[in-house]
Amino acid sequence: MSVETDIVGAVHTKVRHDSARGHVTGQAQYIDDMPLLPGTLEVVLVTSPHPHAAIVSIDVAAARAADGVRDVISANGIPGDNNIGPVFDGEPALAEGVVDYVGAPVVAIAADSYDQARAAAALVKIDYEVRPAVLDIEQALEQELYTYPPQFMTIGDPDAAITKAQHRIDGEVRCGGQDHFYLESHIAMAVPGEFGDLQVYCSTQHPSEVQHGVAHVLGVPTNEVTVEVRRMGGAFGGKESQPSIFAAIAALLADRTGQPVKLRLRRDDDMVITGKRHDFLFRYDVGFDPDGRIEGVDILMGMRSGNVADLSPGVLARALCHADNCYYLPNARLRGYPCKTNTVSNTAFRGFGGPQGMLVIETVIEHIARTLGRAVDEIRAVNYYSTDDRNVTPYQQRVTDNIILPIVDRLRSEIDFDGLSSAIDEFNGANQTLKKGIALMPVKFGISFNTPKLNQAGALVHVYTDGSVHLNHGGTEMGQGLFTKVAQVVASVFQIDLDNIKISSTRTDKVPNTSATAASAGSDLNGMAAFNATNTIKARMVEVAANHFSASVDSIEFRQNRVYAGNESLSFTELAQLTWDERVSLSATGFYSTPGLSWDAKSMIGNPFYYYTYGAAVSEVVIDTLTGESRVLRTDILQDCGNSLNPAIDLGQIEGAFVQGQGWLTSEELVWDDAGRLLTHGPSTYKIPGSRDVPPIFNVHILEDAPNREATIFHSKAVGEPPLMLALSVWLAIRDAVSRVTGHRHLPNLDAPATPEAILMAVDDIKRRDSQTPSPAKV
Amino acid sequence: MAKLHVSTTINGEPTEFLCEPYETMLDVLRDGLGLTGSKEGCGSGDCGACSITLDNRLVCSCLMLAAEAEGHEINTIEGMAKGENLQPLQQKFLEMAALQCGICTPGMLVAAKSLLEHNPNPTETEVRYWLAGNLCRCTGYDKIVRAVMDTAEEMRGAAQ
Ligand code: FES
Ligand code: FES
Repeated sequence: MSVETDIVGAVHTKVRHDSARGHVTGQAQYIDDMPLLPGTLEVVLVTSPHPHAAIVSIDVAAARAADGVRDVISANGIPGDNNIGPVFDGEPALAEGVVDYVGAPVVAIAADSYDQARAAAALVKIDYEVRPAVLDIEQALEQELYTYPPQFMTIGDPDAAITKAQHRIDGEVRCGGQDHFYLESHIAMAVPGEFGDLQVYCSTQHPSEVQHGVAHVLGVPTNEVTVEVRRMGGAFGGKESQPSIFAAIAALLADRTGQPVKLRLRRDDDMVITGKRHDFLFRYDVGFDPDGRIEGVDILMGMRSGNVADLSPGVLARALCHADNCYYLPNARLRGYPCKTNTVSNTAFRGFGGPQGMLVIETVIEHIARTLGRAVDEIRAVNYYSTDDRNVTPYQQRVTDNIILPIVDRLRSEIDFDGLSSAIDEFNGANQTLKKGIALMPVKFGISFNTPKLNQAGALVHVYTDGSVHLNHGGTEMGQGLFTKVAQVVASVFQIDLDNIKISSTRTDKVPNTSATAASAGSDLNGMAAFNATNTIKARMVEVAANHFSASVDSIEFRQNRVYAGNESLSFTELAQLTWDERVSLSATGFYSTPGLSWDAKSMIGNPFYYYTYGAAVSEVVIDTLTGESRVLRTDILQDCGNSLNPAIDLGQIEGAFVQGQGWLTSEELVWDDAGRLLTHGPSTYKIPGSRDVPPIFNVHILEDAPNREATIFHSKAVGEPPLMLALSVWLAIRDAVSRVTGHRHLPNLDAPATPEAILMAVDDIKRRDSQTPSPAKV
Repeated sequence: MAKLHVSTTINGEPTEFLCEPYETMLDVLRDGLGLTGSKEGCGSGDCGACSITLDNRLVCSCLMLAAEAEGHEINTIEGMAKGENLQPLQQKFLEMAALQCGICTPGMLVAAKSLLEHNPNPTETEVRYWLAGNLCRCTGYDKIVRAVMDTAEEMRGAAQ
């Protein structure tokens, strides 16, 4: 795969996002911007006010008679299977018999206008018989309520290792959930075609899954439903399984009324009805030697799955697979419990369990450091995976591409970590109220879907006789620049300028049976599928050219928009025309499946990841010990992207992911009341980072000269999720600041998110504990 | 209730429309006038995706009643470029990759343009504060802030 860069827009160059001009002029069309077809109906959902109740009766007579109302449905109006579960069956689109979270859709109303549908929604009478609800992780753990059986991963003999170790600690820590807060809320628009066909425009990362959901609910074969999406206004995992609910309801109403139907959730409804990042409760028990080397760990992960499983099995598996982060755990028992609660089912969110898994092991490392009175990075250093030995993960995959040590060393020395740390000591010595902290966060993240079968992709490429190219693949564009990167791949293979390639919307009738655009694997998978499709066409064109020039196939070269055989040449366009003249096909599909993957979900053993990406960040923060407020002062990042397909886009992914992670760990707090209602359901109460909250000094670098050792697309590496976990440096730095209040003598009691209240309580707590310690162990 | 008749100017064009008394400016722009560049991110005045200017004042069009446009001058993202020529902020956002999914971008640009009209020489802190009402979930803001700072500098240079 040699790459010439003498075309415009080759791989490894900083090409701008394909829709950038449309974005800045407001011309890029999102689904809500599409002109409405005449007769389009709008939908309002009637949702459950109770976390758990039996549905005794539903009376929709008054709603049906209301102005402008065209149709009203509940579960019994579903002709097919009321099931949109992505992994397990039995997850309904509309509640049937029982409701099991506040916000569960029960009735859908289609009317001529949104306002009419909303007015009618108030007329629906539902009688409930309220049942006891389980609202938090502890309750579910106590009652052993799970959405599917717990998952265990074990290596070595953890009990013996922990007991025999010279030091032993245990502890508990938790992290909150996170709303995706894509700026474009969920939307689906279904348009009936002839003979029962349906075209569904849907803001989704997973058109194939939405297609299945719609087909199940309608009870029709999959080939009657086409799902299409050109672009999303953000997704972050929130539009992987969740859109099926809305697409299925819109499609059903369109099918019943014969009219186009649009279902767009308003922000507050979106936040109440749809799933979020899983919150976790962790308990750990760890044995280690006097150097801080971990000998055995037992970690309990109580994950809030919510009312149904949804994608929880994958999330929990990934959390378990990342509880090692960069550290060798020779003896480990990792126990995952998918707690069933009467709250909305949590779902995919960038990182997919990885961030939570890393949070607990980083807490363990910090706990060891505080126990031994050593620096956290010293404890890290003795625990990092080696390259040749000490490199087997708890799921028994060998880490063979480890570069964490050089990354960490380089970052630490480039920013003079130790110098920054002593400057902080000075500052803290001179300031009573404000205290600074600093922390490093190393990240190793496994690339591939944990479930091997999902690691496949398809593409469809056409060359027209004027030399222009049409590109389609199964990946979706949510802002991450996937379409641009895949087009760069095609341009590089054909050696033609990027603007000859038309990028088209993702459609289930062009490339079928796709996987979600998720797990950071979008460009790895779809880039490779498009590479294969393009090479198929290219091979045919090479034959035509060889015949034309009476030259050998080997002598044909595609270069700078032309095709050469020695001194003779044709333009790419001329060759395209010639290929058609010769009656040779200029269209091809391409397919790719990631090699070498295996996974046994029962024993939790295998090689689930094709490779790992690595990165490290250092953040410096300041906290106000009287108010609990915190600011990030500075962040430095060094991230491995392999041979980046597009450094401009990858830098954007790193920055955006980091800030999203920072939000999860600091300001984004989901609050439910005792009645199971989400109180933080809009941006006035749920705080995502704003322009003032992000690091004012933000130095982000891509690791250079680090091609992927595996044969990925042009030796690039995936980048969508890994940098999110670098934001743990912010959380750890806040913990460091709290710990410095009492001279690093204690481990702070601070969960995530580290909101001002939480920080203030942690400061008070650590001061109290320190005052109760008569002769503190000196650092 | 009868619809209201409103005469206003949108992006320099005299415009008339009919609206319900309770309709927001955002709804009329998007649904009535086909100007879908302004987006609804929250509908509650907290995200800035619907930013427009009303007589050169930056407002959230989701919080403004359409009827309030009577006799005033509205500017939206659609009026920012002059034909094929992008306004300098648009050009800079595009060059510096200060966007990803792009759905916050129109509101962000309208807000940034309004800042530079009020204050052609903002400090970085002023940029961050001015844009604090415009949420972006994708970029992390750094490139947006840099793009606004760079544009301001270039525009000052060009004005001299
Ligand atoms: S839609 Fe107007 S501020 Fe969010
Ligand atoms: S670019 Fe997606 S919200 Fe800003």
